[in-house]
Amino acid sequence: MTATTASALAAGLGPDGLSLKASLARAERRSRLVSFALVAPLLLFIVASFCIPLGFMLYRAIDNPEVAETLPATVAAMKGWTQGGVPDEPVFAALAADLIAAQKARTTGLVGKRVNYEIPGARSKFLKVGRELERAPAGGPWKPVFEKSDPQWTDPVFWSALKRIGQPMTAFYLLSAVDLRLDQTGALTRQVPDQAIFLDVLFRTLWISLLVTVSTLVLGYPIAHLLASLPPRHANLLMLLVLLPFTTSILVRTTAWVVLLQTNGVLNDVMVWLGLLDERIQLIYNRFGTVLAMTHIQLPFTVLPIYSVMKGISPAHMRAARSLGAGPVYAFTRVYMPQTLPGVGAGCLLTFILSLGYYITPALVGGPLDQMISYFVALYTNRELNWGQASALGAVLLAVTMVFYAIFNRLVGIDKVKLG
Amino acid sequence: MNRTDPFVEFSGVQKTYDGETLVVKNLNLEIARGEFLTLLGPSGSGKTTSLMMLAGFEAPTHGTITLDGRPLNRVPPEKRDIGMVFQNYALFPHMTVAENVAFPLRVRDVAGPAIFERVKRALDMVHLTSFTARRPGQLSGGQQQRVALARALVFEPKLVLMDEPLGALDKQLREHMQMEIRHIHERLGVTVVYVTHDQSEALTMSDRVAVFNEGAIQQVAPPDEIYERPSNSFVAQFIGENNRMTGTVEQREGGQCRVRLDDGTAILATAVEQATVGARSTLSIRPERVRIDPAPGAVANLFDATVEELIFHGDHLRVRVAFGGVSDFVVKVHNSDDRPSLAVGAPVRIGWRPDDCRALDAVG
Ligand SMILES: Nc1ncnc2c1ncn2[C@@H]1O[C@H](COP(=O)(O)OP(=O)(O)OP(=O)(O)O)[C@@H](O)[C@H]1O
Ligand SMILES: [Mg+2]
Repeated sequence: MTATTASALAAGLGPDGLSLKASLARAERRSRLVSFALVAPLLLFIVASFCIPLGFMLYRAIDNPEVAETLPATVAAMKGWTQGGVPDEPVFAALAADLIAAQKARTTGLVGKRVNYEIPGARSKFLKVGRELERAPAGGPWKPVFEKSDPQWTDPVFWSALKRIGQPMTAFYLLSAVDLRLDQTGALTRQVPDQAIFLDVLFRTLWISLLVTVSTLVLGYPIAHLLASLPPRHANLLMLLVLLPFTTSILVRTTAWVVLLQTNGVLNDVMVWLGLLDERIQLIYNRFGTVLAMTHIQLPFTVLPIYSVMKGISPAHMRAARSLGAGPVYAFTRVYMPQTLPGVGAGCLLTFILSLGYYITPALVGGPLDQMISYFVALYTNRELNWGQASALGAVLLAVTMVFYAIFNRLVGIDKVKLG
Repeated sequence: MNRTDPFVEFSGVQKTYDGETLVVKNLNLEIARGEFLTLLGPSGSGKTTSLMMLAGFEAPTHGTITLDGRPLNRVPPEKRDIGMVFQNYALFPHMTVAENVAFPLRVRDVAGPAIFERVKRALDMVHLTSFTARRPGQLSGGQQQRVALARALVFEPKLVLMDEPLGALDKQLREHMQMEIRHIHERLGVTVVYVTHDQSEALTMSDRVAVFNEGAIQQVAPPDEIYERPSNSFVAQFIGENNRMTGTVEQREGGQCRVRLDDGTAILATAVEQATVGARSTLSIRPERVRIDPAPGAVANLFDATVEELIFHGDHLRVRVAFGGVSDFVVKVHNSDDRPSLAVGAPVRIGWRPDDCRALDAVG
């Protein structure tokens, strides 16, 4: 090597004078383009079917279009009004015009419903005044019409609330998803007790998921160990049994549990017949049934990552530990178990996160106090048609999931996790 | 206890995995205290199985193994106090080098400061002091091998087993490690049972070599004896290179016999026990013991041959010759300045002493 190339190399330069980094980047660009082209279809699919809907869902949680769109003049007129009293005739005139238009478009109920979330009883008052406005003489004055219809319209509290509800975005749904609300002065306070249910539901969701995760681990760890140490012929058969739940639909499996566990079900019959029980016991439509059925469904998700990690642990490690003086228990806990942790972490994380989103199983085999957060998302989406609240609950669930993921990553390190 | 008692003794040990074939057939072997014994044999000959029975991971289906006068049949592996180095090292990946080496001491509840001291000494011995905080995955093959060695020695076992510990290393590193293991053995005076299928490794390292084939020991002897005086044709064939010729024993006188090859050539050779008059026998002679143009009267076996092929090997030359009914007969010639000039197709005189040629049992 000549002195000049040696000094160029020492300075990080290649023979053509380009920096080594630059030539490396150039050499890698092509292969990067190729790999990007290969993943592009999947990427587009994920963006279209996952990222965009997720974004819309998250936006729905803060989107607040009802009042702003149905009562545009009122919202504009209230701009100049400072909170603290009852507005004057111009605001009432704008509200009257908006409501008369809304009556024609049949959207008064929509506004009423949205206001109703924050001021109980407001919906019927909107509908009433709407009808009266249509009959009132055109040209006003409008304020007396409202005054005559209901005392609500002269309540300062109502007006400051309406101004807040008129904003195009709101924290209302998100706050109420964690049992908080803004009071009349706009300060953060606790939700009124009879509406404060979501934190309860959230903790219940976490608790049930934890119970399911722990039971799948306790049941699954020995199975995974057996699977990993059996000769292939027997291991295949056992693996088939472990995977069996995957081949039946969740609905079928869950109904099967109902048949087995109900008070007049198979299990109770057998136990009474054997004389183990004097009285039939409640095994379903309670926490026990919920955790049992969910554990059954989640078991393979916990077992498979643990199994695949165990499969990779050389049997020589246990032998080495034994030859170095460790008894079977010591060798198992100090040498074998620590090596299975990445699989345990992966399996438990998978099961925990999947359990957080359970809906159909608790709905079918749980009692009223076993319903998880997804149940309420479905309830608000399908029955209450309050998509803002449904989205906010979804957003909270997503946030909680990410927090757990982050904690897990901090404690275990996601790069150490092995799924297979 | 008598110092001359064997330290390890296999007596009448048999092992079968499937209840049909014996993987180890009637193994009788005594190993002296402080000895370096190598089990050498082709793949599947039962070396690992024998070692595993000694370590306690397989139970003999018949016979007993004693260690230091104590029968081992019911002693679990962790109570045997035998250090072991596995073929793929079996280092614990979730522990650092220091933790790996400290493992046998931790198990034995050695006090913290003493552990530190002994781990340091063990790593010193294998020249790895600066790697204590690394994980096995961050070490080269040779370094991992040394950690495994340190770990097997740190608790000062009286017996250390090694199952092809150098199998995964390249040639140069392997030779270097052979020397180190040898030196450590000399320094510590431990008894070592070493398994390999690399014959040069077995010959350079061992006090004695036990040659295995098909679950039975063919010969146990010091390396030079194994090489110079194989007791049967398997050993002769397996260790080093040799030329084989088959014939019938015609006459036997003391240690010597005359063997008549099938084409009528008569050869004088050293007889082993089986070579009785009238028996078929395989003659074995090492290529380096065949002389080209021997001085008259120096050798009893002398033949006119033809050079068939010359192969240059740097420090020596391999000459393939044919004579009588024998082809594929190789002669090794040192590449010195006085080596005879040879050409393919040219006639050449070859010869050897009866002492260098052994009449062994017939094969094939
Ligand atoms: N766990 C086992 N179950 C059944 N057969 C086995 C088992 N272990 C070894 N064998 C058989 O026993 C025979 C001897 O095996 P062993 O491992 O002792 O050979 P080895 O001499 O160590 O060979 P290598 O040099 O290839 O390591 C082989 O035929 C092998 O197939
Ligand atoms: Mg082996």
